Amino acid sequence: MNTIESIEVAAGAPDRAIRRVIGDGATRPDRQLDAISSEALLALHRDMVLLRVFDERAVGYQRQGRIGTYAIFWGHEAIQAGAHFTLCADTDWVFPSYRESAIGVLRGLDPATVLAWWRGHPAGWWNPLEHRLGAIAVPIASQVPHAAGVAWGLRLRGDPGCALAFFGDGATSEGAFHEGVNFAAVMNAPLVLICNNNGWAISTPIERQTRAAALADKALGYGIPGVRVDGADVLAVLEATREAVARARAGEGPTLIEAVHYRIAPHATADDPRLYRDDERAEQERSRECLARYEGYLQRQGLLDESAARGTREHASEVVRRAMREVERLPDPDPAAVFDTTYAVPPAELLRQRELALGPARGAPA
Amino acid sequence: MRTLVEAINDALHHEMERDDSVLVMGEDVGRSGGVFRVTAGLQERFGAERCVDTPLAEAGMLGTAVGLCMVGWRPVVEMQYDAFSYPALDQLITHVGRYRWRSGGKMALPVTIRMPYGGGVRAPELHEESPETYYVHTPGIKVAIPSNPADAKGLLAAAIRDPDPVVFLEPKVLYRSDREAVPEGEHHIPLGRARVARDGTDATLIAYGAMVRVACEAAALLDAEGVSAMVLDLRTLRPLDEDALLESARSTGRVVIIHEAPRTAGFGAEIAAIIAERALLDLHAPIERVTGYDVPFPHWRLEDVYLPSAERIANAVRRTLEY
Repeated sequence: MNTIESIEVAAGAPDRAIRRVIGDGATRPDRQLDAISSEALLALHRDMVLLRVFDERAVGYQRQGRIGTYAIFWGHEAIQAGAHFTLCADTDWVFPSYRESAIGVLRGLDPATVLAWWRGHPAGWWNPLEHRLGAIAVPIASQVPHAAGVAWGLRLRGDPGCALAFFGDGATSEGAFHEGVNFAAVMNAPLVLICNNNGWAISTPIERQTRAAALADKALGYGIPGVRVDGADVLAVLEATREAVARARAGEGPTLIEAVHYRIAPHATADDPRLYRDDERAEQERSRECLARYEGYLQRQGLLDESAARGTREHASEVVRRAMREVERLPDPDPAAVFDTTYAVPPAELLRQRELALGPARGAPA
Repeated sequence: MRTLVEAINDALHHEMERDDSVLVMGEDVGRSGGVFRVTAGLQERFGAERCVDTPLAEAGMLGTAVGLCMVGWRPVVEMQYDAFSYPALDQLITHVGRYRWRSGGKMALPVTIRMPYGGGVRAPELHEESPETYYVHTPGIKVAIPSNPADAKGLLAAAIRDPDPVVFLEPKVLYRSDREAVPEGEHHIPLGRARVARDGTDATLIAYGAMVRVACEAAALLDAEGVSAMVLDLRTLRPLDEDALLESARSTGRVVIIHEAPRTAGFGAEIAAIIAERALLDLHAPIERVTGYDVPFPHWRLEDVYLPSAERIANAVRRTLEY
């Protein structure tokens, strides 16, 4: 039985160096990752492309009025796909923030469900138990304690699973982040914390979010390891997450991974970054963005050529287009959904409200 | 014969024995058995991983309880005192009441949140609050408030077994005040059923928690004047036993609602609205509310100015008779 006495405290301050795997195609060479096959590297590419295409099409749909305001995750695919790739979908849980709204498509969630969510349609609701996937977390950081509780609860059952929680740089200022990480550390929970440090919380730059030199430094305060990776390097994210997952499964508790990069796109479709920052840096970062960077790596390895890359993109486009057609064919939602999903058995006073709103009972709720 | 603390302790032992997914958690609940000793003996019997001493972090406690539910646990979270639940209000409103809805009605959150509540114990600020209205007002949450040891055991069993989240408020002034008969072994009182604590014909006193006793004292005072007051113990605020509420209101036509919580938008306002909507023509007088005031709960040397008393309740009944 794990007890406080038997946990070794992480020694020393976290390493501030930002880990990279993929080289720059010029002066800094690529590193090789062990224990990952060519097939796996290409499957990872397909995951990234699916996310990228989903996001690009979603922004288009929003402009056309076909979905509502949308939180753009362009440039975050390395963090999302790289971390997710290390998990076992049969045992491991994922808790997304709204930035990772589509991560479920990497573990069998229909993209139509995610699009329905952004359209405000109840078909966008999913049962977390079905895909081991928390709901898209709208409030900031509040999902960190949920992930901690799942991880803790899995350990208590002797289950081999672990939990992955995503959150941003801004989230590390919220109390829920602190309480969730602390709980996970004290309970020795198999939790992997992925901090998406893209430098911005809407218009608040990281320097106004924290005085810490690195967000990974906070790990020392919780007695857990902290690691910094280049958030635009999918293999660096994968490598660090893989190590953290292994530690979690071995009963060594949580790890905080800070994935450092730059939010190239606006925060959301309603956001105009020109109001608060210079475009120049964003454009520089765009030229090194994570998907093109990974495709460069795969080309250097001789694993991907342009026609294969195009084929992958076309397939992803068709998947997303089909999903959107399906969503737009959905009938208007049943107003009963307003009333029938809050309690297992609705109290009498709620049934009366339902009757007032909808007329006499059109089929009692189950 | 058991005190309120002993009855609740009995319920916890019984439920943890009956269902090994029940997990008790909170500050000081394990090794020391809780500051009021409500969780005494649980860690010795069931181990430190089923009766868990948590870090001092109420939002973290309730947030991790959400996660525990997702992987098959049935957490019973103790908030050490009423007001200590306030840091957890965000998780309660934002997630605990909402996650079933967010999953399209498919996922349950069978968490019970229990806390000592209410005044009359001469304690510093934020140890004598009545926060029940925040919970009732939160969609997806149920609220149960026992007034005596036997009901505490039965209602807590129902709360723990409920697939939906239940906030269970324990009137701390009654924790050790009396011993009463409590059924041994299995004892379950469904949520949503009120109880007539005292029969009467001239007026209806509607109360819950520690105020049931005070209402009964008021009824005894009125008895001496030839006024027969019924006392209805609501037991559950949500789901509310509207049938019992309306029947008791109609049977006397004079209603006095009593609660410790501040007056404005307190639960009495909701009861009054329901009675006005559905039993208006059976009333002989306006509905009276005897409540705390719209102020922070006073320094304890003044708490008797604030708390509803038998005399204040009796005066309210007299007003309905003179109307």
